[in-house]
Parts: sequence; C-alpha cells; structure tokens
Amino acid sequence: MENFLLQLLNGLVAGMLLFVMAAGLSLIFGLMDVINLTHGAFYLLGGYIGLTLVRTLNNFWLALIVAPLVVGSLGLFIEHVFLRRWLGRQRHLDQVLFTFGVALIATDLIRAQWGAYVESVPGPSQLAGRVPILGIDFPLYRLALIVFGLLLALALWLFIERTRLGAIIRAGVADAQMVSGLGINIQLVFAGVFALGTALAALAGVIGAPLLNLYPGLDSEILILALVVVVVGGLGTLQGAFFGSLLIGLADTLGKALLPEFARFLIFAVMAAVLLLRPAGLFGAKEAE
Amino acid sequence: MAMLSMRLTLVRVLLARHRQGLVILSLMLAFIYPLVVRTYFLSLAIEVLIFALFAMSLDLLLGYAGLTSFGHAVFFGLGAYILAYLSSRNELALRLTNNLLLTLPLVVIGTALAAAVIGIFVLRTRGIYFLMVTLAFGQMLFSIAISWARVTGGSDGLAGVPRPLIGVGPLNYIFDSRESFYYLVLVVFLLVWWLLRRIVASPFGWTLRGIRENEARLSALGYNTFRYKMVAFVIAGALAGVAGALLAHFFGIASPDNLYWTVSGQVMIMLIVGGTGTLSGPILGAAMVRLLRNFASSYTERWETLVGLVFILFVIFAPRGLVGLLSGQRERVE
Repeated sequence: MENFLLQLLNGLVAGMLLFVMAAGLSLIFGLMDVINLTHGAFYLLGGYIGLTLVRTLNNFWLALIVAPLVVGSLGLFIEHVFLRRWLGRQRHLDQVLFTFGVALIATDLIRAQWGAYVESVPGPSQLAGRVPILGIDFPLYRLALIVFGLLLALALWLFIERTRLGAIIRAGVADAQMVSGLGINIQLVFAGVFALGTALAALAGVIGAPLLNLYPGLDSEILILALVVVVVGGLGTLQGAFFGSLLIGLADTLGKALLPEFARFLIFAVMAAVLLLRPAGLFGAKEAE
Repeated sequence: MAMLSMRLTLVRVLLARHRQGLVILSLMLAFIYPLVVRTYFLSLAIEVLIFALFAMSLDLLLGYAGLTSFGHAVFFGLGAYILAYLSSRNELALRLTNNLLLTLPLVVIGTALAAAVIGIFVLRTRGIYFLMVTLAFGQMLFSIAISWARVTGGSDGLAGVPRPLIGVGPLNYIFDSRESFYYLVLVVFLLVWWLLRRIVASPFGWTLRGIRENEARLSALGYNTFRYKMVAFVIAGALAGVAGALLAHFFGIASPDNLYWTVSGQVMIMLIVGGTGTLSGPILGAAMVRLLRNFASSYTERWETLVGLVFILFVIFAPRGLVGLLSGQRERVE
C-alpha cells in the first residue's frame, strides 16, 4: 500500500513535468497547426543551459529564469524568420518537416557542446531532504514539482480563460483568419505563443534535470511522451494537456512498477484505446486534421 | 547565376527528351558497376539501393496517398527482425533457414499484417495528426523491441544473420560474395520499382492521388477511402519490411536502432530531398543523403548538422526535391 502511494505520487510528479512540456506543444499546435518536433531538443537545451548555470554560478533559481528566456528567444527567432517569412502560414507540413530539421541540428550541436555522457544536475539546496506525507518520506523537491505544476496549470488556465490576450488566443485556435479580420495582429500572437511554448519546454528541462538527468536521446523520449499526451488529451486545449499528462504520467510510472518489461506498453495501450474511441482525443478542441 | 540557370535549363531539356535513354543508361551502369569499383563503393551502392527501396515504399504513402508517416521505420526494423528471427545463428532465434524463397514471403506477410493492425489505429487520423500518431506508435514499438529481450535480444539486437541463399531442392546458390549480394539487392530493387510503377499507374494509384488531393470528395463519390489508404499502408509496410530484411542480411544483424524514429526521419529526409510523388526521387534522394553523409563524416564530426541544413534548405527552397529542380517544378503539389 505504501509502495502504491509512493508510485502514485511519483506518477503525479511525472504528470506535472509532462504537463509543462505538453502545454507548449499543444498551444502551438492549436494556434498554428504545427507540431513542433524541436520541442524535445528545446527541453534538452533548457536543461543543459540550466546545468551550466548551476555549475558555474551554483544558482538553480537563476537557471529557472535564464534558460526559458534564452530558449524562448530562440523560438521567437525561428518562428519569425523561418516559419513565417520563409515558409509561410499555409505550408503546415513543410513547417513540421522544418522543425524536424532544426531538431536534428540542435541535438547534434548540443552533443558537440555538452558531450554525450549522462550529466546529473543537483536540485536547489533549499529543497533538499524529505518530508513525511501520509506515512511515507517523500523527497521535498518532488513535492515542490507537484505544487509548481499545479500552480503553473492554474496560471496558464487563468491566462487563457480570464485575460483579453487569452481570449484572442482562444479565438485564434478557433479561427485565426477571423481574428485577423477583426484588426488584431495575429502574427504577433503566433510569435508570442511559439516563444511561450518553447520557453515552457526549456523550463521543463531545468526542473526535470534533477530527476531524469541529461543525456543525448532524452530529447526524443520526452518529445514522444509529450506527443502521446497531446494525442490522448486532444490538441489545442489546456485541459487536454493537463489531464492527458496526468493520465500518461501515472500510467507510465505505475506501468514501470508493475510490469517493468512492458512499461511503455501501457501508455501505448492507453493511446490506442483513445484513438479507437475518441480519435480527436479526450478533450479535443479540433477535428483530427 | 545566369550561367548556372542556363546550364540547368539545358539539363532539364536533355532529361525531358531522353528519359527512356537515361533509364536504360542507368540500368547498364548499375549492372557493370561492381566490375569497375572498389569494395567500399560497392558497399555504399548496396546501402543506397536498400535505402532507396525503403524511401520508395514511403513515397507510396507520402507522395501518392498524402499520408505523412513518421513511423515508417517500424516496418523496416520489423522486416529485419523477422528475417533475423528465421535465419540468424543467434540462440534466441529459430535458426530455421536463410533461403530467400521462404524468408522473404514470411517477411512480407509479417510486416503486412503488422501494417494492417497499426493501420486500424493510425489511419483514423489525418495530416499532421497522422504524423504524430505514427511517430508515437513507432517509438512504442521501439521500446518494446528494447525491452522484450527474450525475443529481440534487447539493445544488442539479433546478430549472426548469414548471407542469404536461393534454393529449390538440392540446387542452391549462396550470395556470399559482396558482388553477388549487390546483384541480389539490385534485382529486388528493380522488381519493387517495376511493381510500384504498375501500382501508381493503375486506377488504384490514381485513386490514392485523389485521396491526397481531396479525400472528402472521393468519399462523396462513393470510394471507401479508408480501405484504399489501408491497402497503400499495407503495401508500403511490406516493401519497407523487404528493405529491412535486406539490410539485416547485409549487416548481419537486426537491431532496435532500425526502428528508432530518427530512421523514419532519415528516410523522410531522403524522400523530400529526392522529390516526393515520383519514383526516381527516392533513388536520387537516398543516393545524395547517403553520399553526403559518408563523405562529410570523413571531414567533420558534425555531419548530422550538415544533413539537417541541406534538408532544411530543400524544405524551404525546393520542396519538390532534386527531381523538381531537374524538371523545373519548384512548388510541391499539395
């Protein structure tokens, strides 16, 4: 029972980490119809920038701010120059292929810069240690991750549902051309959301590094999990990303505990079931086009 | 610049006028090739042919049916595993036979069945959603290949795959020299090429193009588009399986790396660089990417960056690929 509870909490941690990834992926897709295959590489880049800052300045909190800013600016640049100016809005498939090319280059350059070894990153010293919850000693850092994920979800939800900008984004997901016709600079909104999404990937990289370490190849693993989350949750909605992340995080963690040999098979089964029953995902805002 | 474009125009005119002659010339060159080159270049040609075969199978999906699969390596890897499981000397395997007359049909049946099952799930989606779902499915099968070590040999794969033979009764021929293996791959490649030419020129092939252009309209005309897409998916899967089986024979191993999503990406790169929706595109693309990779890797460790850059340039500036450049079309037919 205690072990089950522990796995449940670990599943929540994984779910929250996935949420930070999947929220960006899902928002970008919802608005721009582009699935950003560089998202995993941005996660890894964020993590490594965090690693460098933690090693040189020994400041985890600074990394938490700087890495998303750097990677977010990179995202802004990519969106502005390539996705919009050179590829144009209508070439969705080419845009996706482009992000795949960028992912190849990014992972290769990351390997050149930070090497191919597994790097472990210490969490912040303030969050070291363990706390007793419901009769088990749970690492404080993991608990903080759960709280952080929930707060971030709440903040994003308030932003999307309760602010004017959020309303514009929701309208853009529904019909970008109409929003543009109403005199709103939708290009700016696109750029902003793309930057926000990539910054979230980098943020996930920084907070995830103390749990999962950093190594080449992690980018793919994270990307695939985030893709499964958005397939299961449905693209373009925050609720979909949130509940999809929880479901996949829990399924993956419990799967690893119960059937170590087929851990990934459980997620696979969840995804297959969702595809059969609800091809647009549990909370799909859009038809699966 | 003007000079270059004039030359390019000249090439285009020559290519357009002498298409048939060009095909015959390439065929002749392909058959005498082993007589004139060193082993290294022969191996390179074998790899190019295997990957061209693989890219052609993806082209049926991407170029003709408009199905952007990012998980095509599943069938490539599975074909290699089925072959290795039948023929490898590895103790995990059945160690049954390396007779191509038995193994290849089993590879085709196995990968076709796998494609049919996966198709039931992924073909419910379209466009970029399809891309994501095929990618996710592919990666799931990769992790199964890694973790189901009792059957797949885990991350080591199944080594000890012998060179193939063709035999009926007491008569048999073993493809143990590199030259003979080259000819085997070439013949399989040409057979598949001929088959795909027949397929894309058939009413079925034109229906696939119709689905690519406007699926809703074809549905309205009474076509069961799901069934057409399924048949294309199964054929493409089986042909990718054949390519994978040849690769396993060539390298002597079936490895989980063949299923990894970046392999799906590599073959996608070859196809886009060569040109989708044509059968010569995949060949040109496979040759160019493979050569670029082999030559660049002897000068720089960052050859992946180079391949990525070339790919991006093609996606942005020449979405119709090399074939498009040579024939003067630049825009992709969407």
